[in-house]
Amino acid sequence: MAGPDKFDRFEDAILPHLDAAYNLARWLMRDDHEAQDAVQDAYLRALRFFSGFRGGDGRVWLLSIVRNTCFSRMRSGRARQGDSEFDEQMHAIDNSAANPETLLLRSQDEASLRRALESLPTEFREVIVMRELEGLSYKEIADVAELPIGTVMSRLARARKRLAQLLTGEGSG
Amino acid sequence: MNCETARSLIHGYADGELDLERSLEIERHLAGCAACTAALREIRVMRSGLRSGTVAFDAPAELRAKIRDAIDDRRRAEDVASRRSSSRLAMLSRSPSRWTGGAFAAAAVLMIIVLVGGLRRSASSTDALIGSEIVASHVRSLMADHLADVISTNQHTVKPWFDGKIDFAPTVEDFAAQGFPLTGGRLDYADGRPVAALVYRRNKHIINLFTWPIADARETAAQVEQRQGYNLVHWDKGGMAYWAVSDLNGAELSKFAALVRDDGAPVASPG
Repeated sequence: MAGPDKFDRFEDAILPHLDAAYNLARWLMRDDHEAQDAVQDAYLRALRFFSGFRGGDGRVWLLSIVRNTCFSRMRSGRARQGDSEFDEQMHAIDNSAANPETLLLRSQDEASLRRALESLPTEFREVIVMRELEGLSYKEIADVAELPIGTVMSRLARARKRLAQLLTGEGSG
Repeated sequence: MNCETARSLIHGYADGELDLERSLEIERHLAGCAACTAALREIRVMRSGLRSGTVAFDAPAELRAKIRDAIDDRRRAEDVASRRSSSRLAMLSRSPSRWTGGAFAAAAVLMIIVLVGGLRRSASSTDALIGSEIVASHVRSLMADHLADVISTNQHTVKPWFDGKIDFAPTVEDFAAQGFPLTGGRLDYADGRPVAALVYRRNKHIINLFTWPIADARETAAQVEQRQGYNLVHWDKGGMAYWAVSDLNGAELSKFAALVRDDGAPVASPG
């Protein structure tokens, strides 16, 4: 009797978070096809490990599996392309404000927003996606991204600064 | 508060992650600082852009269908496997009413699970709510670097600090000799009222001990639970509720709770 029951519970607790899963994967992989593969892979993993799910927030649980799947796929891709690893210190915070009019205009232009978000380093992009697009709390972001809770706020601060610079066309490093 | 501090806390403020006191501090700073106000506006302008329109992607219908199919495949595969094994069992037992017997047994087990689950939930639903508040307060205190309003390892400094700030006098004991030094205290909010939060350390782990008076004077045994990766120990004693929360392991946190329980004969005072 454990069999069918498990699948029903999975459909109730995990399936409703498919949009969130795809959105995170789509922004991490920056490609529809890759994102679909990663999400499908993540769902199969989630189903296999579902006995380890202790109830609670199915979305956070699923998103951490999606994120791990995406990162391991990117790591194998990155090894091929020879991309550099993320270095938080390289993205030092600069307190100068972006031009407010330009920022307002570009923030309302979806194409500019998407371009800027796509150009962010992955580690910045994911916190913006989780916070602003999925509305996750700091604690939830810390759980999904395996970050110390104290790092979430400082990383969001850097990510937003960088996003503002990309939107207003300042700095291109 | 200076601009440097404000510039990072402003994100916690914009994200609704600061406690009341920090939020008020930020608001006071913003009232007199155009540069930080502009920084807050940046956050909000970008947020409104990100949240409007279709920046977030919805899952394509084909992906939804593929995943449903994959789940159904697994379900069928397990059904077949379990039917095979149950028919093997039935053959061994040679019972004529094997299917009805099995069904009754399964139904009985299910009913017990539902009953027990239901009871457990209803008895502890208030505690569960408070528990998640407590964890949230603990996390906030670590995150905003706002552990303590009064920083002192001296119980005779911490205890009087609460005078006039709350309507009860929490018992404040230092357990440095037992490896749990007191590091300070602060005001917090839980269960719909201001509460005392005492901060202790165990090596590098922070323990928040929340306490407030309750109507029920019954003494309850310490309950240990896990929530979002944190350990919680909760008990009521002498008309006070106690919640200890930490990332410390359950055994050590229980040890801490035992120390507090024995020494803590708290007196609810009217002022």
